[in-house]
Amino acid sequence: MGVLSIPARRRIASALWTAAAALCACGVAAVLLLVLGYILREGFAALSPSFFVRLPRPVGVPGGGIGNGIVGSAITVAIAALMAFPAGIFVGIYAGVYAHRRLAQGLSFLADVLAGVPSIAIGIYAYILLVIPFRGFSAVSASFALAVLMMPLVIRTTEGALQGVPRELREAATALGATDYRVTGKVLLAAARPGIVTGLLLAVARITGETAPLLFTAFGNQFWEFDPTKPMAELPLQIFTYAISPYRDWHRQAWGGALVLIAAVFLLSLAARLSFRLLRRGAAEP
Amino acid sequence: MKSRAAAADRRHFDSRGHKGAAQRRERIAARLFTGVLYVCCLVFLLVLGGLAITLLWKSRLSLATFGPEFLWSSEWDPVHGRFGAAPFLYGTMVSSLLALLLAGSIGLLAGVFLAEFAPRRLGAALGAMIELLAAVPSIVYGLWGLFVLAPFVGGWLGPALQAAFGFLPIFQGPIYGVSMLTAALVLSVMIVPTIAAITRDLIAATPMRYREASLALGATRWETIAKVLIPEVRGGIFGACMLALGRALGETIATTMVIGNRPAIAASLLAPGYTVASVIANEFTEATSDLYLSALIELGLILLLISLLVVGIGRLMLRLVVR
Repeated sequence: MGVLSIPARRRIASALWTAAAALCACGVAAVLLLVLGYILREGFAALSPSFFVRLPRPVGVPGGGIGNGIVGSAITVAIAALMAFPAGIFVGIYAGVYAHRRLAQGLSFLADVLAGVPSIAIGIYAYILLVIPFRGFSAVSASFALAVLMMPLVIRTTEGALQGVPRELREAATALGATDYRVTGKVLLAAARPGIVTGLLLAVARITGETAPLLFTAFGNQFWEFDPTKPMAELPLQIFTYAISPYRDWHRQAWGGALVLIAAVFLLSLAARLSFRLLRRGAAEP
Repeated sequence: MKSRAAAADRRHFDSRGHKGAAQRRERIAARLFTGVLYVCCLVFLLVLGGLAITLLWKSRLSLATFGPEFLWSSEWDPVHGRFGAAPFLYGTMVSSLLALLLAGSIGLLAGVFLAEFAPRRLGAALGAMIELLAAVPSIVYGLWGLFVLAPFVGGWLGPALQAAFGFLPIFQGPIYGVSMLTAALVLSVMIVPTIAAITRDLIAATPMRYREASLALGATRWETIAKVLIPEVRGGIFGACMLALGRALGETIATTMVIGNRPAIAASLLAPGYTVASVIANEFTEATSDLYLSALIELGLILLLISLLVVGIGRLMLRLVVR
């Protein structure tokens, strides 16, 4: 009866808008399938075992690879993680444990704002701090830029994981006479560990595909390079160079590189989710 | 776990004999821990403050040479050392706002569908896909935009728009595949997950009694959404749009690959343009003079300040809503 009393015009409008909303949601998902479908189709054509281990080759010479880019990206990201994790986790602990304090709230807000700063600006920052004084491009300067990009993500996820710990747990520990330091170290961090580890992996996944800040920090390299104080090949940079080149063979390699990159990013995201489940299960059975 | 607890107990009882020493150790450890916390917070603040200060310091040459005129001068002539930011600011603003217009409306509707209408399974699947869309690196969007979307815009969408709306100046002139419109389309794909996901969470968190009250008064489900739920969370949706805008303003690689990189202000959306982030990406390593480099860094500083403002407002709105 309730429905019947609403005029048809309004009921139809409601149905139409609902259909439009459904269309939008499915359309957004369809774009993902479209992009992934293209990457898979074009990327697989470029893949071969040697593609993963060889150096890039000049135009016209077939059989070039992205081996040095994969290794370079791994080294750069690993150093970035070493820089960002300790500082990020500790700031996150402060923001999460002392959430009622002004300073903690301010830090958390600043982390949110820093997460929205354009990565190209952070690339310039790394260039000024680490490229100009040492008179040369280096993987370390790229790692610094990536670390600045990672830090706010680590801070916010650590903070969130700590705030998700039930208050009773903290109160119980404090009531037993534990100091702040003990409560944080033994109770809060143990309970928040799955969330923190997940946040770290997601932060790595998020910056693995970053390209803009690498342009004038790591710079890229045609050869094998394992010294982080030297210019280093990076997978996203190689994709960029190949994509904007006029050569068909290089375009093919760009698709192959994009497939490898997106697979790495998705695997890291998947690992983040799985580790959350695994660690939480481990914590649930005492 | 049990044995670990027992070991902890043993330690505790053992330490009873030397209570003073153990307590001192504990106190030192606690102090050290607090100290490390504060040092890390200080490092974070230094990194953040250093960002603005170094960019400001390194752009002083350009700031002194051009003054405020830098913002509205449209000359970009590295050979004669004349630099102005207008074409880049125009390109950044137009491509980002157009992207926000597209992604804002689509993302809002998609978020509403996920929160209110989608069956649980479908909602979870679509939600996961939208999250994945946000995880795709921008270089991949750039590649896709360059080889798939740009030919589509140049060969099909552009001509179609010109045929239908050719009387508008924004669709006149020669049609290029790499254009302002292509950049806006790629950017909108990149920012739509932010808007959709935040809208979904905001709507899903509104109290059920609002829906019940509105439906009981005779409103349809859509009227309930449009006139009760969305107004209730409009601050948060505005915040989400600001975050998305911030991401679009600063996006570099994807835009660089599809916008055409021509430093001129064109009325047509089908013509190439240039953005602040793209010119930095393209010319930074080629800047031959100090003034050139300084002008590029000033562009970076302008971009930094704009996005700090936009993202700051967005985050503030979202924090106010959550509380």
